[in-house]
Amino acid sequence: MKDLIKRLTETFGPSGSEGPIREVIRKEVEPYVDEIRVDALGNFICFKKGSGGGKKVILDAHMDEIGAIVTHIDENGFLRFANIGGVSPVISLGQRVYFENGTFGVIGCEKLDDIKDLKLEKLYIDIGAASREEASKKVKVGDMAAFFQPAIDLGNRMVAKAMDDRIGCVVVIEVLKRLKQTAHDIYAVFASQEEVGLRGARVAAYGINPDVGIAFDVTGTGDTPKSHTMDVSLGKGAAIKVKDSSLICHPGLRDYLVKLAEENGIPYQMEVLERGGTDSGAIQLTRAGIPAGVISIPSRYIHSPCEMVDLGDVEACVKLCVAACESPLDF
Amino acid sequence: MDLRTLTSLSGVSGNEYEVRSAIIKELESMGISYECDVLGNVIARKGNQGPKVLVDAHMDEVGLIITYIEKDGFLRFRPVGGIDPRVLVSKRVLVGKEKIPGVIGAKAIHLQERDERTRVIPTDRLFIDIGAESREQAEKKVQPGDYVVFDTEYEELSPGIVKAKALDDRVGCALLLEILKQDWQNIQLYAVFAVQEEVGLRGARVAAFAVEPDMGIALEGTVCADIPGTDKEFQATRLGKGAALSIMDRGSIPDRAMLNQLVKIAEDEGIPYQFREATSGGNDAGVIQQAKAGCPVASVSVPCRYIHTPCSVMSMSDFEAARKLIIKFLESVEGGFRP
Repeated sequence: MKDLIKRLTETFGPSGSEGPIREVIRKEVEPYVDEIRVDALGNFICFKKGSGGGKKVILDAHMDEIGAIVTHIDENGFLRFANIGGVSPVISLGQRVYFENGTFGVIGCEKLDDIKDLKLEKLYIDIGAASREEASKKVKVGDMAAFFQPAIDLGNRMVAKAMDDRIGCVVVIEVLKRLKQTAHDIYAVFASQEEVGLRGARVAAYGINPDVGIAFDVTGTGDTPKSHTMDVSLGKGAAIKVKDSSLICHPGLRDYLVKLAEENGIPYQMEVLERGGTDSGAIQLTRAGIPAGVISIPSRYIHSPCEMVDLGDVEACVKLCVAACESPLDF
Repeated sequence: MDLRTLTSLSGVSGNEYEVRSAIIKELESMGISYECDVLGNVIARKGNQGPKVLVDAHMDEVGLIITYIEKDGFLRFRPVGGIDPRVLVSKRVLVGKEKIPGVIGAKAIHLQERDERTRVIPTDRLFIDIGAESREQAEKKVQPGDYVVFDTEYEELSPGIVKAKALDDRVGCALLLEILKQDWQNIQLYAVFAVQEEVGLRGARVAAFAVEPDMGIALEGTVCADIPGTDKEFQATRLGKGAALSIMDRGSIPDRAMLNQLVKIAEDEGIPYQFREATSGGNDAGVIQQAKAGCPVASVSVPCRYIHTPCSVMSMSDFEAARKLIIKFLESVEGGFRP
């Protein structure tokens, strides 16, 4: 699983430019599913047929990551950029970034009189070009960049960029690999454009018209020095979401997941996320409404190039999802 | 229909009657079939084979709505759509169906306290003066809920440079009418003249649901800040530099294959174009992309300085570039676009 995490997190895929990550996921899942398709927004949808008598179930994880989009190339070859999703100027400063075509750059900053003036508009990407002409050979306005950071193996924990939400993709891929027998028709949705407003999942869910939706995404923790209060910790198991700012999870599904975790001895914790949304928020509001829930992977330093997860938690999420797919889902 | 006529019509969001009627009249004279939906969108049709292409321009404009009539006959109002309160004071407006002339008033400089001179007057402190002496007198002409438009004349400031209100998005409507002049063999064209864009992309949302297109294109008048005091990297677009192609905004990320195709056509045909070098703002493409199971979208715009104010400024050369580009693009469409 560590190899898979490394491969997925080190692949390029800011919202709207999910081509490379989609291809990596395709290679992983193709042997384990019955049909695959890519929809109009670039969602990668994998269908695994059930043995019959079950429900239509979406397992969603978004494959896009936060990033930067080039808005202007100046006469000296420096690139101005805007954020794709929630990008902090403080975290961006000094980072290395890369483009889909392999061009690298570093993020520099204008002279500031006060560090409080630090905003994204004060930052630029330096790709080592000496002029607009030279820069334009490698990059054009509208091109997207992602943070560049190799994944690090810390033993039972790993750190990488884009752990949000490639770790969710890892969970869904593992479930597809391990799932032997299920009554349900499983639609694994590797969604596009979550970071800019749950856009991929919204149209994918409309197209699929499921009976149940479960999203797999990272959630914050409250277990670091003087952190804000949040009753989720790294290493304490799969986080079963109660609510975030995009949805209140279906209480029946939520309690059902808790019961499954208890019965199967899978470590879990309850999650209330005060800020942030997940694809289930869009899935829940599809058509006349879909019961939707979220199994979250606790993660520290979300939306930084150093997102940390615990492999025990990841394993718990996989087991809980497999248990759910093998159960009647009759909540 | 020319821009002079289109921009002279009143069409604040939710009150697009005048614009709709004029467009319908035009469509009828062109012999083009159309439908009106329940929100007031006009959907015109041309072409019977090939992919369904929804091309959208919104009919509505930003403006004001009367909320209260004071005892002494002054009218209180709220903005409809995004309006900077700094542009409102001392502007001429037209109130209600009868287009009663009025001015937005404020205390003269002589009577202002020192700190009043440095502060912006918020919209809820502003009022419209229609010359009425009492509530009774005002009520004979105006009632709460009446819409207010800016009283701005269309003018050519210099050859090819025009000034008008509501260029956002009558310029899109003008482009859409140009597209409808042509016969379409390779696409099923759904030309949507949308309502209520300025208050939350509401018309296009339901129109796109009904049409369920294979691809969508929004035609817009967009931000342009090539003005003194704005650094190049924050100008977004430049007047006279061609049709503006969106790279991303708050509502959508254009489909890269469509965007690349637009760029290729502009370069092959020698049509001036520029990227919209900003990601702020949003347009109907956002909701078209999200309708039902989704479709690829792109946005082609005409740069307009000072949009969302009583007078914006645009270049006819950019209009011409956008017209050529969008028509050539539609002619090039064979199948759909897939990521």
